[in-house]
Amino acid sequence: MSDAARPSPARETEPKTAIGRFFDSDLWWSFSHSPLVIIAAIVTVVMIFSAVFAPLVAPCNPFDLAQLDLMDSLKPPAWLEGGDPRYIFGTDDQGRDIFSTILYGARISLLVGFLSVILAMLIGVTVGLIAGYTGGLTDTILMRIADVQLTFPAILIALLVDGVMRGLLPPEMHEEVAIYVLVLAIALSSWVQYARTVRSSALVERTKEYVQAAQVIGLPAPLILFRHILPNVMGPVLVIATIQLALAIIIEATLSFLGVGVPPTSPSLGTLIRIGNDYLFSGEWWITVFPGLALIILVLAVNLLGDWLRDALNPKLR
Amino acid sequence: MPERNNTPLLDIRDLKVEFPSRRGVLVAAQGVNLSLQPGEILGVVGESGAGKSTIAYAIMGLIEPPGRMAQGEILLKGERIDGLPREKMRRIRGRRIGMIFQDPLTSLDPLQTVEAQLVETMRTHLPISEAEARARAVDLLDQVGIPNPAERVKNYPHQFSGGMRQRVVIALAISCEPEVLLADEPTTALDVSIQAQILELLKKLVREKGMGMIIITHDMGVIAEVTDRVAVMYRSRLVEEGPSDKILTRPDHPYSQSLIAAVPPPDRRIERFPLVEYIEKAGDESRKLDLATHWLGQARDFGQTDGPLLRIEDLTMRFMTKPSILPSRRRYMTAVDHVSLDIRDGEVFGLVGESGSGKSTVARLISGIYTPFAGRIHFAGEELTAFKSRREANRLRRQMQMIFQDPYSSLNPRMKVRDIVAEPIRFHKLASSGAEVRRIVDDLLDHVGLGASAALRYPHEFSGGQRQRISIARALATRPRFLICDEPTSALDVSIQAQILNLLKDLQEELGLTMLFISHDLPVIRQMCGRVGVMQHGKLLETAETEELFNNPQTDYTRHLLALMPRMKRAA
Repeated sequence: MSDAARPSPARETEPKTAIGRFFDSDLWWSFSHSPLVIIAAIVTVVMIFSAVFAPLVAPCNPFDLAQLDLMDSLKPPAWLEGGDPRYIFGTDDQGRDIFSTILYGARISLLVGFLSVILAMLIGVTVGLIAGYTGGLTDTILMRIADVQLTFPAILIALLVDGVMRGLLPPEMHEEVAIYVLVLAIALSSWVQYARTVRSSALVERTKEYVQAAQVIGLPAPLILFRHILPNVMGPVLVIATIQLALAIIIEATLSFLGVGVPPTSPSLGTLIRIGNDYLFSGEWWITVFPGLALIILVLAVNLLGDWLRDALNPKLR
Repeated sequence: MPERNNTPLLDIRDLKVEFPSRRGVLVAAQGVNLSLQPGEILGVVGESGAGKSTIAYAIMGLIEPPGRMAQGEILLKGERIDGLPREKMRRIRGRRIGMIFQDPLTSLDPLQTVEAQLVETMRTHLPISEAEARARAVDLLDQVGIPNPAERVKNYPHQFSGGMRQRVVIALAISCEPEVLLADEPTTALDVSIQAQILELLKKLVREKGMGMIIITHDMGVIAEVTDRVAVMYRSRLVEEGPSDKILTRPDHPYSQSLIAAVPPPDRRIERFPLVEYIEKAGDESRKLDLATHWLGQARDFGQTDGPLLRIEDLTMRFMTKPSILPSRRRYMTAVDHVSLDIRDGEVFGLVGESGSGKSTVARLISGIYTPFAGRIHFAGEELTAFKSRREANRLRRQMQMIFQDPYSSLNPRMKVRDIVAEPIRFHKLASSGAEVRRIVDDLLDHVGLGASAALRYPHEFSGGQRQRISIARALATRPRFLICDEPTSALDVSIQAQILNLLKDLQEELGLTMLFISHDLPVIRQMCGRVGVMQHGKLLETAETEELFNNPQTDYTRHLLALMPRMKRAA
C-alpha cells in the first residue's frame, strides 16, 4: 500500500478545504442547532457593525453642533405624543438624537471593551505561560502578584491610574487620554483571570510528550512556549475573552457612570446613562432607559456567546 | 471443564449495540452470541475498538445514552435482564453480577474507608446487620489475600498499593457472592508480577465459589493464563469462539491467526513478525534505500568514535517530593541511583523493568529533558553533562532522538503532520529551501509507511499506530545516529505493535542506528535487543547479552521477572 494513511471510517467523507472543515466541525454544528445563540450572534454582529459604522448608520451626528437645534430638545420617542419621526428614541436636553448617541456611545464602549480585553489577554497569557512552563520560584512570585492584584477592585485601580495620569500629564491632555486610562485600568484588573487559566493549562501541556519531543529536538524555551504550548491553551482563553468583553463593557459603563470614565464630550453608554439619570425624575425617562437597554442587550448577547463557546469547546462541562 | 447443563448461567443472544451520532450510527457490537456456565472463565479478546467492553456494559445495563441495545437478549439463568427497569437492574448489579474495572485508582471512593465501602455494598444487597457486614468485610479482605485484614479494613484506598487496591476492588465485586463476575481489563494497569497474583486470585475465587467469569482483555498472555474458553472479537463482531487451547494453538479465522502470530514469542527470537495486515494496511514491504544517495544518508560521517557511543557513569537523579524553603526539610525520591552503562555503536540496548524502576527517567536524562543530579553522560566521546551552553549541546543532541510511549500526546494536535516532521529539519537547518524540506518530509512519511498525502492532515485523523509512525518520521528528521525508544509500543494493539517493531528493526538495520529500547515487556525486548539491562528501584541490577540473560539470569529479580512472563502454548 503506497497510498496508505487511511483515516478512520467515520471521517472518510470529510471535506478537505479549511472552510469545508469548519462547516463540518462540531463547533458549527452546535452553533447552527441553538437558535438562542444564533440570535445572540446576530445581535452582537449588528451592534458591532452599527457602532463601527455609526457615522454612516446614524441619522445625525449628535456631536456636530451645527446639526443641533435646541428647539428639538427633550422630545419623547417617536411613537409617543409630541414625538418627532426624525428621532425614534427621542432627544436629550440639547436636542441630540438618542438613537444616534447610542450608536456613537456603543462605539466608545466597544472600543474600550476590545482594547482592554486585548491588553489584559496579552499580559495574562504571557504571565500565565511563563509561570506555568517555568514553574518553581518564578511561578510562585508571578502567581502571588496575581493574587495581590485580585484584592483591588477595578474602580480602585481606575481611580489610582486616573490619579497618577492626571498628576503626570498636562491638564489639556486629560480628555484625550481618558479612554486609554480606562483601558489600562480595566486591563490591570482583569488580566489575572487569563493568567490563572493559561498557567493551569500550561502546567498540563508541558508534561505532555509533544513538548518533550520539542525539547529533544533542541528548540529553545520561547519557541516551545509560543509555537507548541500557546496554540494548545488558546481555547479557554477565547472563552474568557468573550465573557470578559461583556464584563469590560459593564466596568466601563460603571466607571463612566461614576464619573471616572470617559468625558461627556465623547460619551460612552455609561456616560449617557448618567446624563439621562438627571432627567429621570422630571419625566424624560427615555434619555437614560434606551442607552441602558442597549447596554443590557449588548452585554447579554456577548455573554450568551461566551457561555455557548465555553460549552461547545468543552463538552464535559455540560 | 465445568459440566454443561441446559440453562447457562449467562446467555447473550444476537446482541447488537449501537451509538447513533450525527455522522451516522456506529455499531459497537453486533451478532454476538455467548454463553457462560457456572465455574467457567470465558475470555473475550480483541484489539481496541473491537467492542469487547461494550458487551460488559450491555450485560450490566450501563450503556450510556444515546447508545442503545438495538437487538438481542441477555438472559441470567434463563431470565431476561436487558431492558429491565432501572430499579430492578440496580438490584441485579452488584448482587448477582459483579464487575471489576481496569483502573483500581478510580473505581474506589477515595473519601471512604474500605470497610465503609464494603459494608455499604453488602447492606444494600444482603439482609445482614451492620456487625455481620463488618465481620464479613474483614473475611473478604482475607480471602483476596490482603495481609492484616482486621487493620487494613479501616484504611482509605490511597493507603493501598495498585495491586492491593485491585484486590480491594475484587473483594467489593465478590462481597455479595454474585453469580457472574465481569472483569474488564483487570490487570492492564498493573505490573507483571502483580498481574500474575491477581489472575491467580481470580481463578481461585471462580473455582471455589462456582461463579462464572467473563474476562475482557487485549492480552493473549492473560487469556492463556486463566480462561477455559475464548471469544475473539474483531470490528464489533465475534469472529471465533472455542476452547482456549484450540484458539491459542489452532485458530481457524484468519484474524485470530494473525492476532496470535503478532504476539512476540517469549521463548525464542524471530527475525521479523509475520505480516499482520489485518487492521492497518500500512506499507509493510521494505523499501531498501541507498544511503549513499538518500537524504537520510547525507552527513552521516559522524567520525569514528573510540569506545562506546554512549557511556553513562554513576548517573543519579532525584525528584523533590516535599518542597520546602529550608533545604533540611526537603524530601527527595531517588529515581535513578548510580546507574552506569555503555551502549556500543550500532547495537540495540534494551532496558527492562517494572513501573517506577527509573527506566524512563534514564531515557529523559540522556535526551536532555531532565538534568541529572549527579553523574556523567558521554556521547560520541564528548561529555554531554559538561556543556554549559545549549547551543553546544544541541550539536550533539541533533544526533540523538526519542520516540515516546503515548502516540496520542506526543504529537502537537494543532500542527499539521508536515509541520511536525519539518520542525526539526527547519530548526537545525538541514535543508536549503522550503521545497526541499517538503520533499524530505514526504519522503520520510513514505518511508515509515504513510503515504505522502498524510502530510496535510492533523494528528487526530490518524490511528495510534499511524501516529507512532509519524513520531518515528519526526525522530528520523534530524538524521540521528542514536534513537531512544521509550516504550514505543506499549500503548498499541498487538498487531500494530508487530508492525511498528518490524519498522524499527528495518530502520535500525538500514541506517545503522544505535538504539536504547525501553520496555516493561520481556518478549518484546527479546525480539528487539542485542543486550539488556534490568532495572529495579532506580538501580541497574545486571546487564547481559539478551540470549544470555534469558537463558542464564544472574539475579533473583531477573529470574522472578522471567518466571512471570506469560507463556503461550503454540503450534509447532
